[in-house]
Amino acid sequence: MADLRINLAGIESPNPFWLASAPPTNSGYQVQRAFDAGWGGAVWKTLGEPIINVTSRFAGLHFGGQRVLGFNNIELITDRPLEENLKEMLETKKLFPKHTLIASLMVEHKREAWHEIVKKVEAIGVDGLELNFGCPHGMAERGMGSAVGQHPDLIRQQVEWVKEVAQTPVIVKLTPNITDIRFTARAASEGGADAVSMINTINSLIGVDLDSWLPIPHVDGKGAHGGYCGPAVKPIALNMVAECARDPQVGIPISGIGGISTWQDAVEFLLMGASGVQVCTAAMHHGFRIVEDMIDGLNNYLDERGIASVMDIVGKAVHTYSDWGHLNLNYKVVARIHEETCINCNKCHIACEDTSHQCIDIVTDEMTGKERLVVREEDCVGCNLCSIVCPVEGTIEMVEIPSDQPPLSWNQRQAALAADRSCEAAQE
Amino acid sequence: MSVRREETKTASMLQANFQEVVPALKPKEAIDEANRCLFCYDAPCIKACPTSIDIPSFIKKIATGNLLGSARTIMEANPVGASCARVCPTEELCEGACVLNHASKPIMIGLLQRHATDWAIKNQKILFHAGEQNGKRVAIVGGGPAGLSAARELARLGYEVTVFEAREKAGGLNTYGIVSFRLPQEVALWEVEQIEQMGVTIKTGTRVGVDVTPEELLQSFEAVLLAAGMGAVPMLNIEGEDLIGVLDAISLVEDTKTKPLTDLMLGKKVVVIGAGNTAIDGATASKRLGAQLVQILYRRTEKEMTCYEFEYEFAKQDGVEFRWLVAPTRIIGENGRVTGIELMRMELGEPDAKGRRRPEPVPGSEFVMEVDFVVKAIGQTRHVDLIEMFGLQHKNGIVEIEEGTYRTSHPHVYAAGDVIFGGGNTDAMVVDAANHGKRAAHAIHTALEAKSQPVL
Repeated sequence: MADLRINLAGIESPNPFWLASAPPTNSGYQVQRAFDAGWGGAVWKTLGEPIINVTSRFAGLHFGGQRVLGFNNIELITDRPLEENLKEMLETKKLFPKHTLIASLMVEHKREAWHEIVKKVEAIGVDGLELNFGCPHGMAERGMGSAVGQHPDLIRQQVEWVKEVAQTPVIVKLTPNITDIRFTARAASEGGADAVSMINTINSLIGVDLDSWLPIPHVDGKGAHGGYCGPAVKPIALNMVAECARDPQVGIPISGIGGISTWQDAVEFLLMGASGVQVCTAAMHHGFRIVEDMIDGLNNYLDERGIASVMDIVGKAVHTYSDWGHLNLNYKVVARIHEETCINCNKCHIACEDTSHQCIDIVTDEMTGKERLVVREEDCVGCNLCSIVCPVEGTIEMVEIPSDQPPLSWNQRQAALAADRSCEAAQE
Repeated sequence: MSVRREETKTASMLQANFQEVVPALKPKEAIDEANRCLFCYDAPCIKACPTSIDIPSFIKKIATGNLLGSARTIMEANPVGASCARVCPTEELCEGACVLNHASKPIMIGLLQRHATDWAIKNQKILFHAGEQNGKRVAIVGGGPAGLSAARELARLGYEVTVFEAREKAGGLNTYGIVSFRLPQEVALWEVEQIEQMGVTIKTGTRVGVDVTPEELLQSFEAVLLAAGMGAVPMLNIEGEDLIGVLDAISLVEDTKTKPLTDLMLGKKVVVIGAGNTAIDGATASKRLGAQLVQILYRRTEKEMTCYEFEYEFAKQDGVEFRWLVAPTRIIGENGRVTGIELMRMELGEPDAKGRRRPEPVPGSEFVMEVDFVVKAIGQTRHVDLIEMFGLQHKNGIVEIEEGTYRTSHPHVYAAGDVIFGGGNTDAMVVDAANHGKRAAHAIHTALEAKSQPVL
C-alpha cells in the first residue's frame, strides 16, 4: 500500500483527491458524505456576499453515445448565509479532523472585505484558503471572479491583502479565460500566494435548441455564457498546469483541476507538476463513490512500480515539456499496421489519403484477393493521425526509425545558420 | 500407421471438443462494454448477485485499466468469482437485473467478470493476504465453493484454517463436476491456490468420518464448518443397472476432467436420465465424446425441467435431443453390456409439494429403445452418515441450521452449501454456496469473538 498522503504548500491531506469548490461542496451534508466516501479534501463552495441564483443552471455535452463529455453551468457562488456555511464547516472539521477543508472565497475588491472574511473562516479552523479568481459568469460582471483573474495587477493586489492577515496557506484559483495563464500565476506568486489552482471553467455556450432556437440552458427565454468543464477540458487544463509547473517565475505548488475523472487523469496532472487534484464534474456525473477507484487505481499504479509515496511522482514529467523550438527535427516515427488485429475498416487509409500525407495504400493480395493496408514508410511524416482514428487499440503503432543525424532543434538550427552567416559576413 | 493417425485425429478432435466454448472478450470489446455500464447507484445487479459483488465498481475499474482492483472487488465478495463468471446463470441474476434491459441490451457482466479474473490468473496476482493471527482454529469439512469461501474469509479474519477434502484436489464441483468446455479446471484450481497461499491448510485425500473422526475435529478446533456437498448419483433401482454402459453423469463429467478423453462413446447411442444441469452436462459431454445420438429422457415436460434456460439452449445447440414424459423401467443387456432401455410413457397429474405436476405412468405404454449407454442424472445422495456422525439434526439429509447464523443443532458445528440446500425448483447455484460459506465464516467469527469476551 503506497503512501497517498500529500502536502500541498503546507496543507496536508490523506490523499490527493479533493472535491473542487462547486455544487458538490455546497453543504456540510454533502462534504461529510464525500469524506465518508473517501475524498481526501474538499474546497467548500465559494463564500462571499450571498447572491441569488437562477433556475435552469447546467447543461451537458454528449457526444457519440457518451454522456457528459463536457459540462457547463451558470450557477454562482453560495446562495446561503455565511454564518450557516461557517457553522457547517466547523461541524465538518470536527467530524473529520484529518480531512482537508479549504474555504473558497470571493469578495469585492476591498482590503477590508478580504480581511474580514479571511478572519471569519480561519476562526473556524480551515486548513487553507482558495481565492476564487476564476468563475467566468455572473460574478465576473460584478468585477469579481475571472474579472480579477484576467488582470495580473488585481490578482497581486488582492493576494497581498489576504496575506496580510491569513494564517493558513493561500491558494489562488485562476481562470483559463486568458491568453497566457503564466502571467496571472506569476502575479499570484508575486503577491505572496502559497499555491495556485487551475483551471476554473471556460466561457461556453453548450448549444442552441433546434426547435425553439433558444440557448441551452436558457432562463425564461434568455441565456448567458456559462463555465465549461468536464473531460473535454482536461487537455487545456493539463497544458496550463504544465506551463506553470515549468515556469520558474511561478515557482509555487499547483492544485490541478479540469476534467479529472479517473486515477489515470490524476496521475497525468501529478506528473506534470500538480501536488494534488480537484474534481467536480465526474462526481456530479457519477456520485462521490467514484473516488474509490481513484484511490484504488492510484495505489495499484504506485505499488506496481514500487513507488512508495504519491509525492514521489509529483512533477516528474515537467522536464519533458518544453517549447516547440527545442524539439528534435531529426527524430522520426512512422506508422506500422499490425495486420493480425487490423479489421480493415480503412479509416487510416482515408484519413491519410484525404487529410494527411497519402502514404497508406490499400493493396490487394494477388494470391488471396484480400485487401491489406500498407504504409509507405518513406512517405510517412509520422503525424499519428492513422493511429488516432484506428478503432482497435494497438493495431497501428508509431515506431521510431533510428536517425543517422544527431539531434537538432529548430532553435539550434537557426543559431547555427546565424553563426554561419556571421562567419560569412566576417569573411567578407 | 494410418490407424495411429486416425487415433491421433480422434484424440485431437475430442480435445478440441472440450476446450472452453464461450470465447473471452477481446480487449476492445471489454473496454467498450465496460464504458457502456451506467455505474448505477444502488444498482439492481448487485442486489441480484447472491454474493453482492459491487458490479458497477469492478466494471468501472476495467474501464480505467485498474484490472487488479477490478479482480479484487470481484473476488473480495465472491472467493470463487472466476468460476462464477463462467457458470452463473447471469441472465437470471445480475444481467437479468441490469437496468439497460429496459433501454437497450444488458451489460455482459459475466464476461466482464471473466475478463478481470482472467487477467489476475494470467498475471499471477495474489489478491488477498491472511489477517493477523488470532490463535483460533477452525476446521472446514469439504473444499468446494462453500468451504473455500469460508476458508478465505476466516483466513482474512486471522483464523488458522484447515480444510479437510476427501478428493485429490480441492474445488469440489468446480474442479470435478462442471464440464471443461464451460469451466476449465485450471480456473477452479487458481481459486484454490489463492486460498492456500493465505496459509490455509488443505488436507486433500482426507475423509472426515474415515480418516479423521468428527470427535477429533471438535476437540482440536474451536468450530467446525460442514460444507461436504453431496454424494453420488442414487440408484434408479431398476433391472439392469449393473450392466457395463450404465454410468452416472457426475462420474462421466469427472472422468473428462481428470483422465485422458476416451473414444468409447464414438458413434454410440446415449440416453441421459434426468433434466437438471448435471443431466445437461452429461448429455453435452457425451455428445462431445463423439456419441452419434444423445437423448435426454425426462418423466415430466420441458416446463418442469430444473436446468437453466441457457443450459437447455446450449444442449440443443450441441445436438442433444429431448424426450419428455418417459421414465425408465428396465435396462436391457447382452453379454453384460447395455443394448437397450425399456421406457414407460408418463402423463402429468396433480401438483406435488413443490408445486410441480406429478408424473404418473400410463399403464401398458412400455416400449424399448436401442441404446449403448445409459447416463444417470437424477440428483445426488446426501451425506447422511457424516451428518449423523456429527449428531446433527437434519431432514432427509438436509442439515438444519439456525436462520442467519448457519449454526447447526451442535453449538460448535456450522453448515453451508449443498448440505443445507432444501432443494427448490431449480438447482442450487455455486454462487449461493459461495455466499453461504462467506456468511457462515462471519457468523463463526461473531460467535467466537463473543465467546472470547470476558464475562462481566
